[in-house]
Amino acid sequence: MDHTLKTPPSLDVSGLAYAYPDGNQALYGVNLQIQPGERVALLGPNGAGKTTLVMHLNGILAAGLGTVHVGGLAVNTEDKDALREIRRRVGIVFQDPDDQLFMPTVREDVAFGPINMGVTGAELEAQVMQALELVGMADYADRPPHHLSFGQRRRVAVATVLAMKPEILVLDEPSSNLDPASRRELADILRDLDITLLMVTHDLPYALELCSRSVILSQGTIVADGKTIDILCNDSLMAENRLELPFGFDPKNTLVK
Amino acid sequence: MKLSPERVVLDTNNAHEHGHGVGDHLYVHRHSLVHDLPAQVKTVAAIVFIFVVVLTPVHAVGAFAVYLGLVFVVVKIADLPFPLVLRRMLIEIPFVLFAVLMPFFGPEPRVEFLGLSLSQEGLWSAFGILAKGTIGVATSITLAATTRARDLLQGLETIGVPDLLVQIASFMLRYSAVVTDDLSRMKVARESRGFSATGVKHWKVLANSAGALFIRSYERGERVHLAMLSRGYNGTIIDLYKPVVTKKDWRTAMALPIVAASIMVIAWITL
Repeated sequence: MDHTLKTPPSLDVSGLAYAYPDGNQALYGVNLQIQPGERVALLGPNGAGKTTLVMHLNGILAAGLGTVHVGGLAVNTEDKDALREIRRRVGIVFQDPDDQLFMPTVREDVAFGPINMGVTGAELEAQVMQALELVGMADYADRPPHHLSFGQRRRVAVATVLAMKPEILVLDEPSSNLDPASRRELADILRDLDITLLMVTHDLPYALELCSRSVILSQGTIVADGKTIDILCNDSLMAENRLELPFGFDPKNTLVK
Repeated sequence: MKLSPERVVLDTNNAHEHGHGVGDHLYVHRHSLVHDLPAQVKTVAAIVFIFVVVLTPVHAVGAFAVYLGLVFVVVKIADLPFPLVLRRMLIEIPFVLFAVLMPFFGPEPRVEFLGLSLSQEGLWSAFGILAKGTIGVATSITLAATTRARDLLQGLETIGVPDLLVQIASFMLRYSAVVTDDLSRMKVARESRGFSATGVKHWKVLANSAGALFIRSYERGERVHLAMLSRGYNGTIIDLYKPVVTKKDWRTAMALPIVAASIMVIAWITL
């Protein structure tokens, strides 16, 4: 753990509390640290506050109380320049790729983020193609996004944030609505990425496959933090937080690399 | 592994609401006589009142003062916050802007004011537009703030507005929230990639967003229609719940246009 003293954590959430304007409190003091290179699954039942937490990571929502630091830089929604850097550092892939993809071609869509960061010319082109190659979609650069399959659109959505060279990649339900083959293809892509990763998911086998560490968010606080395999094997903890494994899946008999 | 974190409870001392429906962002929740009246009764009263205001001769300045007073009384009974009503009335500004120009271009005779030569007739026309517009807008705002959108549509249907128009309007209402959500999710996704629209140079991006949104909405429309057909939709939506309207409701609501109409009659006679 010595290196953590030198490099700041990729993500440091401390005492984060938030209530929506209608008075509904969603977060009740979240504490979460993710070190560079870690892969963490964020688990929890519907309505636990997972999406609300994600919205704080890049300053879409402003903390009611507490702080969020990304690679040592504080998220401050007041400071526009810092916010731009925060949004480059935190790459969020939203659940519905159609929300993310709106440009006429895949290439333009992937270029959208880097252009906003001031990247131009050959560097832009290189960044776009590199991101598309990472997700195996380089051949589709000139296609309109809405002509792609759902799995392909999800991969392009991942490319749109990878092109911004983020410090941490945040995926909201990456495996939802994917057929098993697309789900596996995306897992292969994510496994090969050399990046800090936070994955919000209900897909527990997917979490086990891709993330060695998991945290459980329940009723607005982190109620468990540990090795994914230990959490999935703790029956009482799972039941308390409305987490259930798919029928026939036994984490104890799974080979995890 | 298992943690027992301390729970930080934020102070959220908010006004009470009991579940607003979609499209009800104009609605201000109160318990008042005006809120309790059936929608179609209020709508008819508001329309008749606006007609009376429009039919009043512009030279009857006193009559307009009384009309404005009547609207304020209704706002007071409905317990609506005055600042809110005034703020919403700013919407009329673009519409009455050209009224300001009328005194400069109207016909003779002209009057001198602060060195400007102004048409007398133009001044009266400008006053008429301003007064009638302001009272009309204030009335509509009061109606919108005291009536849920759903009730308004149902009310329109009971007073004979064609069924198809009401259906179209209710779908607009139902899906405007969905489309607005789509739009705001797209906006969040854009902003997460470091974009914020500030000027003309960003119009291309906004236009692309609008195009994508249009296609999504169009496709959603088709899916919704198919889903309706597969549940036996044949062109009409049968409404089981019909609000009960009593004679007393009509008497209460029509008090406003009746008082206004008497004033209009007096204005016509005395001028």
